[in-house]
This record gives sequence, C-alpha cells and structure tokens, in this order.
Amino acid sequence: MDYEAVIGLEIHAQLLTDSKAFCSCTTRFGAEPNSNTCPICLGMPGVLPVLNRKALEFTVKMALACNCRINEFNRFARKNYYYPDLPKNYQISQYELPISENGFVEIETSQGKRRIGLTRIHMEEDAGKLIHDETKPVSYVDLNRTGVPLIEIVSEPDIRSPEEAGAFLRELRAVLVYLGICDGNMEEGSFRCDANVSVRPKGEQALGIKTELKNMNSFRFVERGLQFEIDRQIELLKAGERIVQETRLFDSATGTTASMRSKEYAHDYRYFPDPDLLPIRVEPALVERLRSELPELPTEKKLRFVNEFGIPAYDAGVLTASRELALYFEETVKLFPKPKMVSNWIMTELMRRLKGEEHGIDSCPISAEQLAALLRLVDEGSISGKIAKTVFDEMFDTGKDSSAIIEEKGLVQISDQGELVEIARKVLEDNPSEVEKYLEGKTKLMGFFVGQVMKVTQGKANPAMVNQILMEELKKR
Amino acid sequence: MALYEYTAGRLAEMLRTKETSSVEITRSVLERIDAVEEKLRCYVTVSPEEAVKMAEEADRRLAAGDGKPLTGIPIAIKDNMCWKGHRTTCASKILHNFHPPYDSTVVRLLKEEGIVILGSANMDEFAMGSSTETSHWGPTRNPWNVEMIPGGSSGGSAAAVAAGEAVVTLGSDTGGSIRLPAAFCGVSGMKPTYGAVSRYGLVAYASSLDQIGPIARDARDIALLLNIICGHDPKDSTSVPRDYPNFSNSLDKPVKGMKIGLPREFFDKLEDPDVNRVMKDARQIYRSLGVSFVDLSLPHLDYALAAYYIIAPSEASSNLARYDGVKYGFRAENFDGMIDMYCRSRAEGFGAEVKRRIMLGTYALSSGYYDAYYLKAAKIRTLITNDFRKAFEECDAILCPTAPSPPFRIGEKMDDPIQMYLTDVFTIPVNMAGLPGMAIPGGFSSDGLPIGIQLVASHFEEARLVQLSSAFQKETDHHLKRPSL
Repeated sequence: MDYEAVIGLEIHAQLLTDSKAFCSCTTRFGAEPNSNTCPICLGMPGVLPVLNRKALEFTVKMALACNCRINEFNRFARKNYYYPDLPKNYQISQYELPISENGFVEIETSQGKRRIGLTRIHMEEDAGKLIHDETKPVSYVDLNRTGVPLIEIVSEPDIRSPEEAGAFLRELRAVLVYLGICDGNMEEGSFRCDANVSVRPKGEQALGIKTELKNMNSFRFVERGLQFEIDRQIELLKAGERIVQETRLFDSATGTTASMRSKEYAHDYRYFPDPDLLPIRVEPALVERLRSELPELPTEKKLRFVNEFGIPAYDAGVLTASRELALYFEETVKLFPKPKMVSNWIMTELMRRLKGEEHGIDSCPISAEQLAALLRLVDEGSISGKIAKTVFDEMFDTGKDSSAIIEEKGLVQISDQGELVEIARKVLEDNPSEVEKYLEGKTKLMGFFVGQVMKVTQGKANPAMVNQILMEELKKR
Repeated sequence: MALYEYTAGRLAEMLRTKETSSVEITRSVLERIDAVEEKLRCYVTVSPEEAVKMAEEADRRLAAGDGKPLTGIPIAIKDNMCWKGHRTTCASKILHNFHPPYDSTVVRLLKEEGIVILGSANMDEFAMGSSTETSHWGPTRNPWNVEMIPGGSSGGSAAAVAAGEAVVTLGSDTGGSIRLPAAFCGVSGMKPTYGAVSRYGLVAYASSLDQIGPIARDARDIALLLNIICGHDPKDSTSVPRDYPNFSNSLDKPVKGMKIGLPREFFDKLEDPDVNRVMKDARQIYRSLGVSFVDLSLPHLDYALAAYYIIAPSEASSNLARYDGVKYGFRAENFDGMIDMYCRSRAEGFGAEVKRRIMLGTYALSSGYYDAYYLKAAKIRTLITNDFRKAFEECDAILCPTAPSPPFRIGEKMDDPIQMYLTDVFTIPVNMAGLPGMAIPGGFSSDGLPIGIQLVASHFEEARLVQLSSAFQKETDHHLKRPSL
C-alpha cells in the first residue's frame, strides 16, 4: 500500500519591535539575564499589559502579505499553564477571534506550484528561558525574552512532503524578512517551527493519528525530522501497529525523533478573554494604510526578475531569497545592463565569498558600483574572466576598486594586435613539432598554443584575440 | 473635638488658614491608632515614621504655597494597592513579605497630591470575602460593636474611617467591597464607574470587576478624593480617556425634580425590618427634597449573583496563578521537585476561601464547561447591563439597600459560603454592569448598628451620586454619629 504524509506547521516568529508586546522593555538580544525586565513582564502583582501598537501593525502586514482576512474585531485571550519561564503562569495570546484567518502562500517545489492554506496568524507574547545547571538539579530563569512579541502562523494540513514543508518555511521566512518584521534566525530561535504530522493510505480522506514534532531549529532539520517521522509512522502501520498521539523531539545528532510526553495528559489551557485588554478594533483605514506600505514580496519580485531581466527562474529564486540581495542585483544591473552575467557573478563568486566569510549582503565589501565596474572591464575585454576572478578576490579582501588593483598589479589585458602577433609567431617558432602535428590534423593542439601564449603574457593576453591570431598564423604555414 | 475626628474637607480648610499642621493632624491620627488599633485591627501595616516624614514634607509644601486641596491629609490604603518599598500583602500569607518595586497609579496620585499615607488597611484575603474574616492577619472588628464584622472586603479601610484611625481611605470594590463595609461601619463609600480609576498596581482579584474608590465620612470628602483618583491612565488599557468633572461642584446642587428609580427586584426580597425602615425613611427624605420616584424592573437581576460567582472566580483562578513560590512571596519549605513546590506553596500560602474560588474558576473555565458556565455568565452580564441601561432611560439614579441585613457576628457565616455570598446580593449587580454606586449612612438597627443606603447612577455619573448623597447628608445626621470606643 502507498502512503501519503499530511503535515501542518505552526510557526512562531519574533517581531522586530524595539520594545516588548505589553511593556516598554527593550527586546534586544544578548543582555545580562533578567536585565531587560520590568514589573510588567515579570508578572508582579497588580501590573497591567498595554499593547505595543507596532506589534499589531507588523502582524497586520504579515497577514496581508499572506492573503489573510483581517478580523476587524479581535481580542486577546489568556492561555493558562504553569511553567517557571512564564511569570504570570498564563500567556497572553489569541484564541477565539484572532487578528487574522484564512490565508495562503504559494510554494514551488520539484513537483510544481502549490498553494498552502493558513488557518490563522495571531499575536502573542514569548516566554522566558530556563537555563539548566549541568552539575546540580537547579534551573535558572532568564526573563529577558518574556513578553517579546510573537506571531503564530498556523498552516492548514495541506503539506504533503518534507520538501514542501521546507519550501513553505523558506517562503514564510522570506516574506517576514522582506517585511522587515522578523530577522528569521532559526538558530537563535527568532523563527521557530513545530510540525503536526500523520500518514494515511493514498486516496484516503480521513486523517491518521498525528504526532507533534518539536526542536527542529534549521530548515534542514525540519526536513530531516519530518522524513524520519513519516518513515517511522509508515513502518508502524505496515507492521500493523498503532500510532500514539504524542509530542516527539527531534534529535539533530541522530536525525531521529523520540517521544517527549503523551497527549493523554493533554493540557487544558482554560482559554478565556483577557479582561485586562479591551477587544481590538482594527480600523479599515489602518489596514489600507498598511497594505499600501507593503513592499514587493518575494514571489512577485521573482516573477518580475524572470520577465524583466530574462534570467532563469532558478537564478531569480536565489537572488530574491533576501530583499538586500535582490536590491544588490538590481543596482548592479542598472549600472551594467547584462543581467545574466551579473546574476552568474553574484551567484558564484560573490555568494562563495559571502558564505566563506559569513558576511551578509548588507556588509558586503564590494559595492554594486564596484562590481558593475569590474564586469564592464571583463565585457570590454580589458581583462580576462580568469584575471577578473583574481581581481574580484582582491576587491573582496581590500574593498579597493578593480581599476586600482589592475593598475597596481599590471593586470591589464594585452589587446595590442601587433604585440600579440609577435608573441604568437615566437610560440609557433619555438614549438615546430607541435605545429607540424597540428597541420597534420591534430587541431586539439590549439589549446596548447593558447596556453603557451598565456604563459608568456602571464595570462594577460586577450583570449579571443589570441585564438584569432593563432588561427591566422597557423593557416599561413 | 480631636483632630482625627474631623473630615478631610474641614482639615484642609484648617491647614489653609494655618490653624493646624499636617504633622499635628498626622500625630493625632497616629495616637488614635495607638489607642484603638488593638481592639479593631484595621491595619495590616502602619508606618508612623514614614507618615510623619510625609506630613513634614506636606507642611513644607503648604508653607511654600505649593499645596493641593488634600495636601497633608492622612489616608490609609487597602493592602492590595502597591506602594513602592512598602509591604503589600493582600492580607495573604502568600504575599506576606512582598514589597513592590513600584507604585500603583493611585499611590502615585496620592503622593503627587501630598497626601500622608499612614499604612495599609486590612481586608479579606485577595479581596475575597464580605466580612474581612478571611484575612491572613485575622479579622477587623466593627467599631460600633467589636463582636460584629465590619463588612468586606475593604473592612479595614471602612472601620479605620469610622474609628478615626484614618481621615479617609481607599478601598477596592469587586462585588461590593467598598459599599458593604462602608454601610456596616456607618461611613460613605463609592465604587466609581469601571474604567474611571486606574487599576494599575491594584493587585487583581477579578480584573473586569475590580475598581478602586474612596471611603470617607461624608460626600464632600468622597468628592475631594474622586477629584484626585479619577482620570485616564495609559498604563491601564481599561481606563477610559475622558474629562472628569470637579466633583465638589455637585455638592450644593439642588436635587429637586430628579427622578429616582426603585427596582422592585431589590425590594421584593427585603425581609429585615430595620433595613426596610431605613429604606422607607430614605425615600421620605428624598421626597421632601422634591425628588420623585419611579417603580421599575431589572428582570435579570436574580441571576447576577450566580453569574458573578462564575466570572469573578474564573478571572481570579488566572490572576492568582502567578503566586507560585518561584519569584516572590511565600515558598513552602519542604518540597520534592518543581510541581510539588508549586502545589505546597499554594496549598500553604492561600486560605480556604481563596482556594475555593480558585477551584470554582478553574472548573468553570475547563474545556467542556466553558460554554455552559463562563460564556453563559458573560451573556447574563450583558443582559444585566442592558436592564440598567433601560432603567436609566426612566430615572436619574436608583435607590436600593446596600445589604440585606445589618452587620452580623464574627464567625456567623464563615462556615456557610452561600449565606456569606448573599450578603452582596444588592451590590454585585452594580459591578456586573460597571456602574458607579455609593453607600451612605441611612440609619441604625434596633441594636444600634449602622445601616447604609445605596445609590446607583449611569456610567460616569459619579457627580450625580455626590449630589444626591450630599443633599441627603444635609438633611440627616447619621453620617455625623461616631462609635464610642
């Protein structure tokens, strides 16, 4: 029997507001434990929450970007559970009447394009962190993260494979980053993903028993965790066993999942409307203003890159993965209008160096102007492609202009016809037996002659001209 | 007459004419506390040195011509209002050692006014109770008869005013906790409209019902305190931004021509002859002032108490979840692991009534019961609010009893929660609808115990309550009577 997977994802994204969701503490990461706290986020007796307006606006933007319906009337609810990282022992979240519902995002995989439905996007507050002492049975509480605004994005169970899950996550992340409302850092936990996964015989409509997967803190781990879990469930079913509804933790060291707790003890969160916060009315005028402020989103941009610049969809996908990279590409093309050449250089040389040095494009030592100038030199034939790569590395290391580096190192291409003819003749004279073999039909030796010319000129000879000249000189013999 | 016996309004005049000083007034009240506190137990914490320091500062301000209307007047706050650096316990073991690192908005406003804060008044634990008997620190006694309860939950605040242990006080009212003890102690108390006074720093019992208000000897003092505490606070999302009037301007407005509603549901069940007599007398006085009466009906009133005992405990079960022994307050000494620490700290830290309400609320919010209990109660609440709204189309204010009986004996209802809850049957509907309500002395029982009458007005019509009670107090002397201690 063939099985198919049914996957739904729950994504938590930390919003890039300056202050927390319900108090004025800073959201800055990495401060001394418990230093970014106040009586409100510490849940002291008598304190009250006041909603951060920016958090609301960011959520509306994300909801609009994901084609959600905005609920003009929505409200906060309390999710009650006891845990030391949650000072009030309830989390302010949304339950009935979330701020937005019924959206979708489009993803593209090897199977083509698909639309993944979104059940809802709602606002809530983050919890703190527990730090466990390895040497004794003591845990420490750091409440710096407590109250940082989050949005929770809940997908419909529309996802059918780990590959789709990965594509969906990347798409959501790209949108969040484009909107400038989340830094999308999975390792640091500002973009987190839990998954609900079940399997069923192909063609079956009813859903199988699901497990919830946690602790997958990279795109790759999400895909690997899901694949492992799908395989595990299919094997169980094939062996005639039952699947236990439970939460399972992904172990990145082994690539496996293991049971964390059984849902038999399912929490009853006793949700009820938070009486400290009035229901929220999202004015249509606000929604329209925020809609008008939406930037071009990754999907639109990708499509435009294909149409406007004539680059392959794959290139467009890579270049639009971040807004800054797309901007860098566009700026370079504006100065040097050969999009495919620009795209090649960015995707190979630039990305190689950026990755190696762990630079983001925003801290790239080579400006779009500098890259355009370098490519122009290549295009004009002033330097060869090979030399250009050397120059590029030098530019990346020093931040200098290409012209300065070429001048310093005497790397200008030799394009002087007379000079090159002379060198070519000399090379042919010095290698009479190869010339003879060439004339006998071993035309592959052309490469050898070119190589010799390059050797003499230290690679600075214009390769196209060298070919042409050698051809003519050999014809004369 | 000793200084502690005067009203805040009168003392303020004496301060302005330099007949006395804030330090003199404060010392007089502190001496009175020394004399009678042991008998009554109005306070959880008195801070005499701090009070005298505040009085000295007030005198400096007054001398510099920088005084405000109540600068230099001694006040006590209920033990559930956070006062930076001062123990705020909510009369609970679980907060027995809690010193807030911040001021509640009302305390900030009192400080800005230059008021002298004497200390924190006793109350039912977490404001859950009608008699001040559930306090971890023991019951407060009624100054009119120390065998009797003072009412609750702001029993300490009301008794202190009656006994001269404070000139004025602040209380909080979730289901009658200002008006009931004010009535039982023979003083005036107002619960303002929900949203008129900031709740920031008021330790929450039931957030959608809690409201801070003044307790004082007469309507004039009530108005003076309302002038200070009413106002929008950006730190409280439920605080209403609007212009609040100078309530003192309503003290001398005639009430002739006003219409008072008498909801039959309030009077139908009234059995106590003393309360009946006091209500009849009150009608007579208002009639003599040119007020007319309309009979009306609030059809859903009968469900108010039941709905309250769903909504308030539900909110409480969540509001009180933070007291877990992790961050502040009481932590059990012996425990085995984290969950056990939670359980023992809460089991040992909370009293019986608080636990009862936490359990009630937890049950009502549980999955599968939410719709039948919480949601239904919320709907009843809307119906009650609509009943009142309709009623106020026909009248300017409502007159009704504050409590079904005069004060009862200490211990009398402690074993019978339902009987205790029924004490609030006339005050709870007002909280459910978020309306302003005021209790003022209306007379005495045959045993010489105070009986209060209650006036209720439409949202943000506190001024009308001040006007009506001031008019009443000009015609009567119940509010001038003092218990002999």
